[in-house]
Amino acid sequence: MAASTTVASNTPRPALPARSVWRRILSGDSLAYSVTFAAAAMILLVTGILVWELYSNSQASRAKFGWNFLFTSTWDPVADQFGALPFIYGTVVTSALALCIGIPLGVGAAIFLAELAPPRISDALTFLIELLAAVPSVIYGLLGIFVLVPILRQVEPAIRAVLGWTPLFQGPFYGVSLFAAGVVLAVMIIPFIISISREVILAVPSDQREAALALGATRWESTWDVVVPYARNGIMGSIFLALARSLGETMAVTMVIGNDPKIKASLFAPGYSIAAVVANEFTEATGDMYISALIELGLVLFALTIVINGLARLLVARRNMA
Amino acid sequence: MSPSLHLLRRKAVNIVMLTLTGLCTLIAAGTLVFILGYLFIHGAKSLSWNFFTQLPTPVGETGGGMANAIVGSAKLLLIASLVGVPIGFLGGVYLAEFGGSKFSFVVRYVTDLLNGVPSIVIGIFAYTVIVLPQRHFSTLAGGLALGVMMIPIAVRSSEEFLRAVPVSLREGAMALGASKSQAILTVVIPAAKNGIITGIMLNLARVAGETAPLLFTSFSNRYWSPGWEQPIAALPVMIFTYAISPYEDWHEQAWSAGFVLLTLVLMVNIAARLLLSKRKHVAR
Repeated sequence: MAASTTVASNTPRPALPARSVWRRILSGDSLAYSVTFAAAAMILLVTGILVWELYSNSQASRAKFGWNFLFTSTWDPVADQFGALPFIYGTVVTSALALCIGIPLGVGAAIFLAELAPPRISDALTFLIELLAAVPSVIYGLLGIFVLVPILRQVEPAIRAVLGWTPLFQGPFYGVSLFAAGVVLAVMIIPFIISISREVILAVPSDQREAALALGATRWESTWDVVVPYARNGIMGSIFLALARSLGETMAVTMVIGNDPKIKASLFAPGYSIAAVVANEFTEATGDMYISALIELGLVLFALTIVINGLARLLVARRNMA
Repeated sequence: MSPSLHLLRRKAVNIVMLTLTGLCTLIAAGTLVFILGYLFIHGAKSLSWNFFTQLPTPVGETGGGMANAIVGSAKLLLIASLVGVPIGFLGGVYLAEFGGSKFSFVVRYVTDLLNGVPSIVIGIFAYTVIVLPQRHFSTLAGGLALGVMMIPIAVRSSEEFLRAVPVSLREGAMALGASKSQAILTVVIPAAKNGIITGIMLNLARVAGETAPLLFTSFSNRYWSPGWEQPIAALPVMIFTYAISPYEDWHEQAWSAGFVLLTLVLMVNIAARLLLSKRKHVAR
């Protein structure tokens, strides 16, 4: 208040145009605009430098291996021979497994929380589940090593008895494996799927439910045949966001995947993921080609998550427009 | 199939599927209870006062603590906030108050993009920008990595809370003769202050648990790290190193560190969420 009256009383128009520009800057509007604009531009700059650094520092590796980098599976730092296929395979397989476990559980829980549970219980449970998303990934890794892996060793014979005939569950099982990594990732992405899917299901107009129920549908039929299709894009968006997160997840995976750069069909076999190899080998990497190859892995991971995130945004945005 | 059988089948499907969704919720919520319960019981058991006051002991010697890692995490978070908060907050002010142009669309888009970048890739970025030219790991590099991770969320939460301030407040300020910047500085930002600070606390809690970007930027250190130019220990990195080590004693220490880290992160999260939800109810 005091400030505004002083401004109002000291505004004799300055004669010189140069001074008036100066005055305008001092009055703050242009200054505030420039400062905040600079901060916004800074965000673009940082992201630009990030992309450039990834690109230029992987130059040596890209020049030497070309696209073969993505399709060969020799990872031999001694011979300076690098192929990323085992890591891409491990990343994709663990994320796919995480989705196989996470989608039914996550969407199921979201349906329950949005459609069935009384609002108070729903809010309380959602609060709890969203806290799961705040748990640091290294803690998931810690629990993965010391709790999940021993449990998996216990239940392994049961899994083998039921699914052992498939190539996915064969060979020796040491605990640390693609399977363990997939389960840890599933636990990590479920909160994301639940919290976003619940929001989109809650946003479905109640006319839709009421119309279905009035036509004689059961509660489940109105939910599954009417509400869920209505919210489909949003739910798909939540799944893509979860996928992007699991592709880039580092610590928890590194701690339980087994760190073995081989491509095996069995989920019981140890594997390796892109993020895990960067985390493990970056500080030990000697030689420019080695570093360059690891940075190119970072570039691959970056490109992968950008595409998946873009798809997610597209789906969620389309829902908002509808 | 007779009509009544058909109806029975539909009702059975109804009950089975609804029960299954309940079961899904139970599993998801049960996981949390299990994780927290296990960590609290196991972590609290091996926690001692030494953990907060002692340096790590050499391999083979039991005892010791992680005082240096606790201070290290705090130092890293300080640099991270110096990098992330000003850029994020001012960027948020731009989007909320001066936005609307094509440029702000681009800024929002790129912010989302940056938010989706995996933390390990941010680590590579900080490595190439600071560690590579300097030829050594440093606190600064780790802080920068965490700071960059803070930017997108800081932008988003600042913009959201500034936008939640009613237009009538701005109009009132301007009607009293305030310029746009005065209105923003003296009316809008104070009104959004609590929300923005809560957002920053949540943001800090998130990066406090980040491990991947620190592995090859701030590296680790078994001693105190004076100044800002040396490798430094951080709690999450210590948890990782100790958990994958072959020593029983180190595993216990990893549990203690996990307990301390998770307690801090969850306390901030619970406090922030309670504050925000209270605010929302008042607004309604």
